[in-house]
Amino acid sequence: MSVQMKIAPEVFPVITDSTVIPNGSAAAAILSASIGSIAVALFAVAADKSANAKDLFVFYKPTGALSGETTVAVLLWLATWAILNWRWRKRNVSLLRINLIALVLFSLSLLLTFPLIGDLF
Amino acid sequence: MEITIRSLWTLVHGMGFGALYLLAGSGAIVLLYYRSSKNIPTNALPRSNRFLGIYLSTMAALAWLTVLTGTYIIYPWYRATPPNGTVDLAAFPRSLLLSHPATSQSHSIGMEWKEHIAWLVPIAITMAAYIAVKYARDFGNHPQLRTALLGFVTTSLLAAGIAGFFGAMLDKNAPVDGGQTIRLVHGGKE
Repeated sequence: MSVQMKIAPEVFPVITDSTVIPNGSAAAAILSASIGSIAVALFAVAADKSANAKDLFVFYKPTGALSGETTVAVLLWLATWAILNWRWRKRNVSLLRINLIALVLFSLSLLLTFPLIGDLF
Repeated sequence: MEITIRSLWTLVHGMGFGALYLLAGSGAIVLLYYRSSKNIPTNALPRSNRFLGIYLSTMAALAWLTVLTGTYIIYPWYRATPPNGTVDLAAFPRSLLLSHPATSQSHSIGMEWKEHIAWLVPIAITMAAYIAVKYARDFGNHPQLRTALLGFVTTSLLAAGIAGFFGAMLDKNAPVDGGQTIRLVHGGKE
């Protein structure tokens, strides 16, 4: 079996062979989910700060801006996932780096959705 | 014994889908922690790995059902604007909370946080379920993936716990109630 690392072998030192499923699809899922999460938080802050943004996000009036904030964030998440998966599905990527980025984005999402922190911006 | 249609939906949303998700979350953490152990030959557990995929997929379905019922069925009742001159605000929970300084922060902090943080849960758990299904036969070759899944499922459980906590607090102070009454048990004459 050929042994090859395509990206950052010093960070993700796993020997790969053709029987192992590349980790690219998992990395795409993790990174896109964290992008979707931060999008929820950023859209919430934007709608809270700007009346225009709030009006733009009203997709379903009884639910208000929450309907648009979450719908756009979910669509962004799914689109990012599809694109990253298409690019990375046959590759091994630096999962440690992806996990760290995702951890930071998820943590920021948790913090930014907290109104007292969101109000700081 | 009777219940209003709005209370029934609140029960389905919180005590049904939401609480079940929280219960399932602790089980998922145990399952993933077990697989993260270096001493466990994960490739020797194909049936168990398949079960993990089904388990996390069920959790993802529960998370989506929770946020969709919350956002599109219950939240509109919660945030409904009372007609001018309305004195009894019991049917308008947001207005009821905001009408008293002692409870206004239940909305401005509790509900504002809950309505957004809850949406992080289905996104995170759908990702975890996808990975568990996709790599069910190959977990042994991806130790970092198992650790990452454990971290993200724990994060989703934290977010769900925050949303659930504020949901319970809000329902205690200003329950979403009203609509058609459903009689569950007919009472006899005393």
